[in-house]
Amino acid sequence: MRYLPHTENDRRAMLAAIDAERVEDMYCDVPKAALLSQPVDLPGHAGEMEVEQTIAAMAAKNLSPSSAPCFLGAGAYRHHVPASVDYLIQRGEFLTAYTPYQPEVSQGTLQYLYEFQTQVALMTGMEVANASMYDGATATAEAVMMACRATRKNRAVLAGGIHPHYFDVTKTSAHSLNIELVHPDSDPTRPADPASVTDLIDEQTSCVVVQSPDMFGRIIDLAPIAEAAHAKGALLVAVTTEVVSLGLLEAPGNQGADIVAAEGQSLGNALSYGGPYVGLFATTQKLVRQMPGRVAGETQDVEGQRGWVLTLSTREQHIRREKATSNICTNSGLCALAFTIHASLLGEEGFTRLARLNHAKACQLADKLAAVAGVEVMNDSFFNEFTVKLSKPAHDVVEALAERGILGGVPITRMLPERSDLENFMLVAATETNTDADMDTLVSALKEVL
Amino acid sequence: MSQDRSRDMSQGRTNVPVGGSQAPATQTISGSKGLEFAEPLIFEMSENGRTGVDLPDVSVGDERLGGMRRKDAVGLPGLSEPQVVRHYTRLSQKNYGIDSGFYPLGSCTMKHNPRVNEKAARMKGLGDLHPMQPVSSVQGALELIDTLAHWIKTLCGMPAVAMSPAAGAHGELCGMMAIKAAIEDRGEADTRTRVLVPESAHGTNPATAAACGFSVDSIPGDDRGRVDLEAFKAKLGDDVAGIMLTNPNTCGLFENDVIDIADAIHEAGGYFYCDGANFNAIVGRVRPGDLGIDCMHLNLHKTFSTPHGGGGPGAGPVVLSEALAPFAPVPYVVHDTNGYRLVEHQADSDAKPFGRLKGYHGQMGVFIRSLTFMLSHGADGLLQASTDAVLNANYLRAQLQDVMSVSFGGMCMHEVLFDDHFLKDTGVTTLDFAKAMIDEGFHPMTMYFPLVVHGALLMEPTESESKQTLDLYIQTLRGLNDRAQAGDADFFKEAPRLTPRRRLDETAAARKPVLRWTEPVEQAEAAE
Repeated sequence: MRYLPHTENDRRAMLAAIDAERVEDMYCDVPKAALLSQPVDLPGHAGEMEVEQTIAAMAAKNLSPSSAPCFLGAGAYRHHVPASVDYLIQRGEFLTAYTPYQPEVSQGTLQYLYEFQTQVALMTGMEVANASMYDGATATAEAVMMACRATRKNRAVLAGGIHPHYFDVTKTSAHSLNIELVHPDSDPTRPADPASVTDLIDEQTSCVVVQSPDMFGRIIDLAPIAEAAHAKGALLVAVTTEVVSLGLLEAPGNQGADIVAAEGQSLGNALSYGGPYVGLFATTQKLVRQMPGRVAGETQDVEGQRGWVLTLSTREQHIRREKATSNICTNSGLCALAFTIHASLLGEEGFTRLARLNHAKACQLADKLAAVAGVEVMNDSFFNEFTVKLSKPAHDVVEALAERGILGGVPITRMLPERSDLENFMLVAATETNTDADMDTLVSALKEVL
Repeated sequence: MSQDRSRDMSQGRTNVPVGGSQAPATQTISGSKGLEFAEPLIFEMSENGRTGVDLPDVSVGDERLGGMRRKDAVGLPGLSEPQVVRHYTRLSQKNYGIDSGFYPLGSCTMKHNPRVNEKAARMKGLGDLHPMQPVSSVQGALELIDTLAHWIKTLCGMPAVAMSPAAGAHGELCGMMAIKAAIEDRGEADTRTRVLVPESAHGTNPATAAACGFSVDSIPGDDRGRVDLEAFKAKLGDDVAGIMLTNPNTCGLFENDVIDIADAIHEAGGYFYCDGANFNAIVGRVRPGDLGIDCMHLNLHKTFSTPHGGGGPGAGPVVLSEALAPFAPVPYVVHDTNGYRLVEHQADSDAKPFGRLKGYHGQMGVFIRSLTFMLSHGADGLLQASTDAVLNANYLRAQLQDVMSVSFGGMCMHEVLFDDHFLKDTGVTTLDFAKAMIDEGFHPMTMYFPLVVHGALLMEPTESESKQTLDLYIQTLRGLNDRAQAGDADFFKEAPRLTPRRRLDETAAARKPVLRWTEPVEQAEAAE
């Protein structure tokens, strides 16, 4: 067994050293009835090559977006990740380290978390950020719980344009804590209307949660919503599923957001069928002690040298136990590192260029699709993703495209099954990875299918 | 000037001692010390107009931006690719990982992370799959999730598993929400509001119970490091929703009354949540399902070798009993004659899912790595691994117990707990002792946890360590203990000396938090 260093001689010597005759003696505290008398019914060990073959056989049954034109988004975006990102995150000192509890031997992790926090704060236009959450959906749920703690109110208004998974995760957490959620429907055939949420804010409202670009791709002006929320003593939670958009669009922090919850997968992280991703969480200095999750802070060592430690741990479960701001412990450290390295490579110039390129690609795709009979582009505004109305049910169209080796879009009803009125609506995304040829392939296939 | 002279004196000599033989090397002009590099923040290395990615400079109009084009610069620093690669390489060198050395962090299961797992997770057709692809185009991915679920259910002897939780604490949330849903289903939501948690539990347990709206009632331990069975029974009542019990527990001991505890909680109408953080002790030998549990999370990043990555990502699937299985959250994979499909919404389920815990379908990248590990070990290898893990912990116990104070007698499981009695009257604390270990090239054990003993030192060697490594570790700890007993407390107070940074001021960090870089004032003014 290649992962186990002991020889039989070692094992015998060690058993003797602990005064055990047999390994079973070590399990003397286990009730006899609970000890298995025979091995579990699973296959035996296998060599590395055989294991690779088994996994590769499963991989071969999937349609890989690396070989299929892919226009899928809906909160997870296919971007080109520079080779050095994946190389660097696989350095063993990053990959195989634990949470940096011993700062003297964890300065690498702590410094990159501090860089990550700064990058997230800059992109979102917020004062501070934490060291990551599991994903954008859980970050959103944590933001609502934090807003309820901070305002001591138990009601939240979630705009209709919130990603349905983000809403469902928030609803699941809110149920446990008796937080009342108000969630109006949204109509993708019309521009988003701020009044659809501002009218719902009352004195009992802890926060308003607005996603921009929203789940239909529409860009929302957060400022009037922030103003309406603040007037009633509520916080604005701004959500972003595509962090690259912040290279072109106004930062939520500049529009009055009190908390930003976002998905950071787009930078540095593989699509990986939905996880692991990296939740971004940013807020104001004023609210920092209500913030969930780990956070790295600057300090000095005994020689006066600058260094970093995990800090504000009195908010956390290992100190506060049932009074903690969150139960989160392990988060998305390595995904945060990938995010940070990709963002460092991009820098100001690369990040803003990438954002413009994405928008340009989406504009190009929107124009091409608008010219196809049976396709209507619904959005007045979008970043790299928009909603189209098709002449046939989107589910059937998507399946027919997949049969042709094209990943054409996401049916809205896959995310909102109760909205049968949106059966013909499909979400389409374009990024820097989509070539002109990809778009032409999609256009010709749609002409066949519709 | 005096500084310059000291530099001159050091020329041509190695490690000129300053103030004693153990003092750090002298200061250098650059701030770097040989292979240990002084490394600024990326923000301090920036030049405008520099980038590490070549992208076309396209211009876009405002027509489709809804009037929301960004007005100011983001403020990200500009670096080239070689600068970025060197920067993060240097940062990595300031870290301790399992690849570097022995990492006996108790309850964290820092075992070897095989690289074939990484290769598998990056395979074309897995690592690049989009979560919203049509289900017909991801049959292999769903097969992989289903196969991993089968291994987990078989190893645990449980009928169902919820795969989506993203980490251990997230799995706890899943389990406790399932319990809450079951209680609501019975119409007892208003009355069953109390959860029993042993005082030795990890902090996530009470935090999770609170996040589910339960009140937390602490159960005392007995003098054998286990739950006090009588005290536990005395706390049972018709307001109890369940118990959250870690088994093997955080003292490294198997709860030998576990079946009685299960029977008693069930008789009282509550459920049994088992924290599976320590499953590595019993894989292939004991099935939690045979102990009467109702749900238990597994930390795939502990027991099944996926990298901890400096604090995640993990995955925390939760096995469920027949009683709780109907309440498992969406999404889940179903296998029928038409192949695999995903149930993504409560309305599409024929059961009673309590909701959704995260975006999409779970930590696929972690699933691939874990399944790769399971297939590599097989049933026989997994049993041998858990056995070796327990053997290694007992070996440490046996070889150290004459000089260090083992908290509880008898055989331990995969980790062994010491307290600070052996340091009494030496002036050396658990923290000092741990910091001295760093200078010896070992990562410290878990300190001050669990809270049930004074100055806890919890060591978990895992199955990955050879006898040679353990022997050197034992020899080192014995030597350090000799030094402590000899009254050399200052040696410990000053540790670590040989690390990129020495002891850091955590109090100052918390009192006046500096959580991000900001441009120094004089620079900002000069730029204007």
